[in-house]
This record gives sequence, C-alpha cells and structure tokens, in this order.
Amino acid sequence: MHDFTPYRGLFGGALIGLAASLLLLGSGRIAGVSGITAGALFSRDAEGRPWRRAFLVGLVAAGVPFVLFAPEAIGASPRPMIWLAISGLLVGVGTRLGSGCTSGHGVCGVSRLSPRSLVATALFVGTGMLTVALWRVFVGGAS
Amino acid sequence: MSPSRHRSALALAAGLLFGVGLGVSGMAQPGKVLGFLDVAGDWDPTLLFVMGGAVGVHFWAYRWVRRRSAPRLDERFFVPAGTPIDVRLGLGAVLFGVGWGIGGYCPGPAIVSLASLSVPVAVFVAAMLGGMLLVRGLSPGSSD
Repeated sequence: MHDFTPYRGLFGGALIGLAASLLLLGSGRIAGVSGITAGALFSRDAEGRPWRRAFLVGLVAAGVPFVLFAPEAIGASPRPMIWLAISGLLVGVGTRLGSGCTSGHGVCGVSRLSPRSLVATALFVGTGMLTVALWRVFVGGAS
Repeated sequence: MSPSRHRSALALAAGLLFGVGLGVSGMAQPGKVLGFLDVAGDWDPTLLFVMGGAVGVHFWAYRWVRRRSAPRLDERFFVPAGTPIDVRLGLGAVLFGVGWGIGGYCPGPAIVSLASLSVPVAVFVAAMLGGMLLVRGLSPGSSD
C-alpha cells in the first residue's frame, strides 16, 4: 500500500515541467530521457553527445541528496531481478521503436498536443495498467 | 565558454532539476508507480498529479518559448513536427508500457536511482541500454 501524495506529486511535477522548459528555452531540445540516453551513448553524431551526457550526469547527481538525506524517495522495485531485466529490455526496445517515453511523449509531447505523443501516452499507460492487472491475476500482489 | 560548453552546462542544470523533480514527486519509487498502474487494485492516483504539474507548467512555457525565432544557445528548435502515427510508434509504446508495468521503472527514474548504487536498478538500466542498442542495430542509417 502506498500513500497518496498529491502535493508532492504536483510540486515535483512542476519542477519536471520547469526543467523541460529550461532545456527548450536554452537549447531548443526536447527533454526526452530515452532519446537523450540513447543519443548520449550510441549516437553516430559525436557533437550530439556532450550535452546529452551532461543531462544524464545531472539526473544521477540529483539522486545523490535523496540517497543521503531522504532515502525513501529512491525506492526499490518489488519485482524479482530477472523480471527487472526483462522489463529493462522491453523499455529499451519500446522507447526507441516508439521514439520516446514518459518524459518525451508523456510530458513534452502532451504539452504541445502532439497527436503522436497523445497516442503513444494513451498506449503505454493503458498497456502498463493491463500488465499490472495481469500480474495481479497470474502472479499475485500488485505493488 | 564555447556555445557547445554553454549547452552542456545548461543540460547539466536541466538534468539536475529534472532529477530533483522525479525524486520529490515519488516517481523514483517503482512501488508507487505500480500503484498508479494498479487501477483494479489499491490505486494511487499521485502520478496524475505529477503529470498535471509537469504538463501544467510546460504547456504554457512551451507556447511562450516558441514565440522566439530560436532558442538562446542554438540556431533553431529541434522539435519533431509532422511525423506520422505509424505501426512502429504503436508497437514501441505498447512494448514500453508492458516493460513499465512489469518493473515500475521508466528511463528517467531508473537513471536517477542509479545514485543508490543498488544492483537491481543497474540490471534494469543495463538491460534497457541493451534494448536500445538492439533497435539501433536493426535500424541502419538512423541518426541516433
């Protein structure tokens, strides 16, 4: 059972929206984490890598104060390790095929009312819900 | 500093702010994310508020920023437009949704969680990178 935390959610969400706006205003780029990650590590264009790597360093560095002072903010997944590996593979393949994840489609794309992003977001939220429901039926226990 | 270094400094700041937002919002707690996806069970609607906060800010900021002819540190905006809705997009979103529903991690929170040095998160991220490489290998000629 998890507590419903609407105010922290809203405030944290606003910071995410602000970060995406900062990147757009400064560099004209979409704050899509899957695209940035793939570009930072696997881009064939060397000039596209440094800013993407800097963004990733920022993400990991942001986790450090939580680990030190509010460790409950960085939770562990309740799923067994083998399922996390399968899940990671699906997330990696899916976000590249679909050109985005929760940030690129769900935040940036939905904000500019991109039809592609609205379709993608509906699909990944829908299948995510279906997957948890199936997990509940076949394995038991959701979260 | 060169324009490229300016852009990297800005991206570092944006990444930091983005990561703090993920941590504060509860998105870096996979159990909480699974609780949002668990509509048939013990539903936690927090994620709706996270999306509401993020889209609520970026919806207006996007329109304000795009009144400019170019961003501050580059020559143009790199925002996709006019790309069709195709099978590849749908299939990708479905596979991502299944992966998200299994583990409770999407890419951003997983990368923030690497700071905890926990092995399960590292396994997730390594598998995710493997999946990304797989698609890259199967799509010759793509720019990323």
